[in-house]
Amino acid sequence: MFSLLQEAATTAAGHNEGAVVVVDEAATHGADVVIVHGVDAAEHAGEAAGLPQLDIATFGNQIFWLVVTLVVLYLVLSRVALPRIAAVLSDRQGAVTGDLMAAEEFKQKAREAEAAYDKALAEARTEAQAIVAQNRAEIQGQLDAAIAKADAEIAARTAESETRIREIRASSDVSARDVAQDVAAELIRTFGGTVDQGAVNAALDSRMKGAMQ
Amino acid sequence: MATEATGGGLEFHPMDQFVVKPLFGAGEVHWYTPTNVTLWLALTALAAIALLVLGTRGRAIVPNRSQSVAEMAYGLVHKMIEDIAGKDGLRYFPYVLTLFMFIVFANLLGLVPMAFTVTSHIAVTGVLAMAVFLGVTIIGFVKNGAHFLDLFWIRSAPLAVRPILAVIEVISYFVRPLSLSIRLAGNMIAGHAVIKVFAGFAAIAAVAPIAIIAVVGMYAFEVLVAFVQAYVFTILTCVYLKDALHPSH
Repeated sequence: MFSLLQEAATTAAGHNEGAVVVVDEAATHGADVVIVHGVDAAEHAGEAAGLPQLDIATFGNQIFWLVVTLVVLYLVLSRVALPRIAAVLSDRQGAVTGDLMAAEEFKQKAREAEAAYDKALAEARTEAQAIVAQNRAEIQGQLDAAIAKADAEIAARTAESETRIREIRASSDVSARDVAQDVAAELIRTFGGTVDQGAVNAALDSRMKGAMQ
Repeated sequence: MATEATGGGLEFHPMDQFVVKPLFGAGEVHWYTPTNVTLWLALTALAAIALLVLGTRGRAIVPNRSQSVAEMAYGLVHKMIEDIAGKDGLRYFPYVLTLFMFIVFANLLGLVPMAFTVTSHIAVTGVLAMAVFLGVTIIGFVKNGAHFLDLFWIRSAPLAVRPILAVIEVISYFVRPLSLSIRLAGNMIAGHAVIKVFAGFAAIAAVAPIAIIAVVGMYAFEVLVAFVQAYVFTILTCVYLKDALHPSH
C-alpha cells in the first residue's frame, strides 16, 4: 500500500499539476480505480509528497505540541490525580482494616459476654443448690426438733400414765386387801369363830404376794 | 467519508486522514501553529484529566463508575511497575501512568469518526519512545554507574560467546526506541487506513454490505488494538525500567 502511494505521489510530483490526480497502474488494467493523493498537499507548495507521517516539515509542530501536552498531563496527574487516588485507595485500605479489627473486637467482646453469662449461670446454679441444701438442713433441723419434742411429750405422757396406773394399781391393791380382810373377818365371824387379826393378815399377805406379782 | 464516486470510478484517500493541517485557515505549518494535531493532543489530555481528576472528585470509599475506572487504570499501571520493575520502579510511576493514559486516550479518540490520530505519527510516537529510551538510559547510568554496562556483558554465558552476545545486546538496546515507536504508529496507521479502504468500497452497491460488515469488524478490532498497543508500550517501558534499575541478568 505504502509503495503504491509513494509511487503515485512521485508520479504526481512529476506531472506537477494544480489538482494532482494520479491514475494508478491498476487503472490501466481496466480496474477503473483512481487513487487521489495530495489534493491538499498541492495547496501547500512546500509540503513533501508521500505519507503524511514522513512529512518532516510538520515534525517541529507535532513535537512542540506533544511536549506541551505531555508536560501539562504529567503535572496534572502527578500533582492532582495521583495523590488523590492514592489517598482514596489508602483510605479504603484503612477502612477495611479498621472494620476488620472492629469486627474482631466485637467478636472478642461477644466471647467475653458469653463467658460472663456462663459464669453467672454457674454461680446462680451453685447458689441455688446451696440455698436448697440449707433449706433442707433447716427443715430437717426443725423436723428433728419437732420429733424430739413430740417424743419427749410422749415420754412424759407415758410416764404420767404409768404413775397413775401404778397409783391406781396401788390403791386397788390396798382396797382389795381391805375388802379381803373384811370379807375374811366377816366369814370367820359368821362361822362362829373368833377373828385372829394377825393370822388373817399373814394369810392375806402370803396370798396377795402371789396375786400381786 | 473520504471516498466519493466520480465518473463511475472510485477514489481512495486512505492517507488523507493523517495530513497535518492548520486549524485556522490554510498556510505554512510552523512549529507554533495550532494544527489538528494540537486539537487532538489537547482533547487527549483533557480526556485523561477528565477521567483521573474529575472522575475521582467524589473521593468515595465506595467508588462510583468513573472513579472505579480511574482506580482500575491506576491499579493496572501501578501493579505493572511493581511486578516488573520492583518497588524502586514506583518512583517513576507518575510518568509511566502519564504515558499509558496519553497513548490509550490518543488511540481511542483516534477511532472517533473524522478524528485525527496523533499516535499514528512517527514524530509523536518517536518522541514518546525516545523519552523512554533516554530516560531509562540516564536512570541506568545514574543508579548503577558503569555497572549498567553489565546489561550487555552477560556473565551467565560462557566467556567465548559473551562478545557476540554483547554485540547483539547493544544492537537490540538501540533498536528499542525504533521498535517502540514504529510498532505503535504502524498499528494505528494500518488499522485506520484499512478501515478507510473498506469504507471506500462501501460506495459500490454490490459489495457495500460486505464492506460495511468489514468496517464494523475492523472497528471492533481496532478498539482492542488501541488498548493493547497502549498496554504493550507501557509494559515495555516497565521492562526497560527494570533493566535500568537492575542491569545484572
